Amino acid sequence: MELLEKTDKIHETMLKNFEEKIERGDAIEPKDKMPDGYRKHLMRQMSQHAHSEVIGMQPEGNWITRAPSLRAKQILLAKIQDEGGHGLYLYSAAETLGISRDEMIAQLHSGKAKYSNIFNYPALTWADIGAIGWLVDGAAIVNQVSLQRTSYGPYSRAMVRICKEESFHQRQGYEIMANMMKGTKDQQEMAQDAMNRWWWPSLMMFGPHDSESPHTGDAFKWKIKRHSNDELRQKFIDKTVQQAEVIGLTIPDKDLKWNEEKKCYNHGAINWDEFYRVIGGNGPCNKQRMDHHVKVHNEGAWVRAAADAYRLKKEKQLLHL
Amino acid sequence: MGDDALIQSYRLSEWCSNAPILEEDLALTNFALDMTGRAQAMLSYAGQVEGKGRTDDDLAYKRKERDFYNHLIMELPNGDFAYTIARLFFTSTFEFFFFNQLQNSADTTLAAIAAKTIKEVRYHNAHAIDWVLRLGDGTEESHNKIQKAVNELWMFTGELFETEEVDALLRDQNIAVDMPVIADKWKEHVAQVLSEATLTIPESGYMQSGSNKGIHTEHLGHILTEMQYLQRAYPEATW
Ligand SMILES: [Fe+2]
Ligand SMILES: [Fe+2]
Ligand SMILES: [Fe+2]
Repeated sequence: MELLEKTDKIHETMLKNFEEKIERGDAIEPKDKMPDGYRKHLMRQMSQHAHSEVIGMQPEGNWITRAPSLRAKQILLAKIQDEGGHGLYLYSAAETLGISRDEMIAQLHSGKAKYSNIFNYPALTWADIGAIGWLVDGAAIVNQVSLQRTSYGPYSRAMVRICKEESFHQRQGYEIMANMMKGTKDQQEMAQDAMNRWWWPSLMMFGPHDSESPHTGDAFKWKIKRHSNDELRQKFIDKTVQQAEVIGLTIPDKDLKWNEEKKCYNHGAINWDEFYRVIGGNGPCNKQRMDHHVKVHNEGAWVRAAADAYRLKKEKQLLHL
Repeated sequence: MGDDALIQSYRLSEWCSNAPILEEDLALTNFALDMTGRAQAMLSYAGQVEGKGRTDDDLAYKRKERDFYNHLIMELPNGDFAYTIARLFFTSTFEFFFFNQLQNSADTTLAAIAAKTIKEVRYHNAHAIDWVLRLGDGTEESHNKIQKAVNELWMFTGELFETEEVDALLRDQNIAVDMPVIADKWKEHVAQVLSEATLTIPESGYMQSGSNKGIHTEHLGHILTEMQYLQRAYPEATW
């Protein structure tokens, strides 16, 4: 009984420390005591983020072999490598919470862990490579800039590093779109079509409206999240509308209007039925993306087994020297 | 050599989102990136030397099958991971010795490309060797797979040392490149790694050939179909 009371006490002070740190705005580090809910929330969010980087390689990878110039191919190859690198970096940041990459991948395959919904849409033409870089990376940046100040140290540091590369991606994507808009009629149509297909899913990347979002409470209290979904979405719209205008692309939203009073754009209604349908597994590519990841992972098992066996052999040899 | 880099980079880039571990996905596509850069440098120089105003992209995206001179081994489909690794091991070993000599070219452009390439190739080669050892001396399954790959690829290795085309090129640059010497070094290096990996060196048999006359396997046409798709579908467009 006494012992129990004592551990309870210790537990209490540790939680108090945690809350004070959060209050002061100090970063929480892996060795710090943290509430279970905090750890779980981060595990979920960081592994989802890592999986998103990796699954996102699929739609863009779809165009590597068809990139229209050597320069375009180099930029795309480098971009996709960056994304894979972000995945690696985020997996190791998440591992500081006490979960292994293998476990995270198993959760992805079982459906317990998610990845960003945006990658359940197909990359149909070369213009989609421009639209993904410009809009999808552009939306991701807005979110990630805000996460640079998230309360968990390893996550916040990962975001600082990642954001630098993401803004490159966004500019390169925009450059593809700009070039196509300066090009032939076919190219212009291709660019506008990509814009039409990626605009709304990009807005959905910020998640449900603040009035609907189930995670808002805790994430805010713990300073994991610093800005609301709607705030971030608004930021993205405001910076992107102007960029579209400059190169002659039309935003596919007839209700989009400048709000002089609020100094921002009002946008039309987002199709949340589509959002929940795609999240629920019925997007155009959900099955394809997951099947591919599972298949490649399973097919690679013999390679990983060989690497492990070799390493063990060499370790044994070293011991017997 | 520009075509070798171009076509091999195509094959390696197919590993994107297909490799057994994320780290390897990044490594193989990173090599593809190196090779695309090398292809760009070599093809733009080739266009310059030709003097007809053709750019690197013209040469990559607007040439026909029969005008490509990459070695056959570069265009073979990736197969499994062991097959890709065995190929990378064979080709990077060849490239290492080849570019090592080309560094001494009297042609400063080629010498510069070679000097840059040799650094990349050294890394590709080291990476390939690591995996040949792991797979060869890993599990029984991996051993069998890499041995099979080595055996199947063997008949495409002889072509790397055919002299006509390269000899002419290098003779023009006042370099006596000694292909037989490169071939000997290649064999010695390959034999050494394979035996360390507990693998058997295939007996020398018939060697496939044809690329120096633009005669390819059926696979090249499919590569070009895919690679040149946008340039062919929209000839007026620049990207
Ligand atoms: Fe990323
Ligand atoms: Fe991201
Ligand atoms: Fe990105």
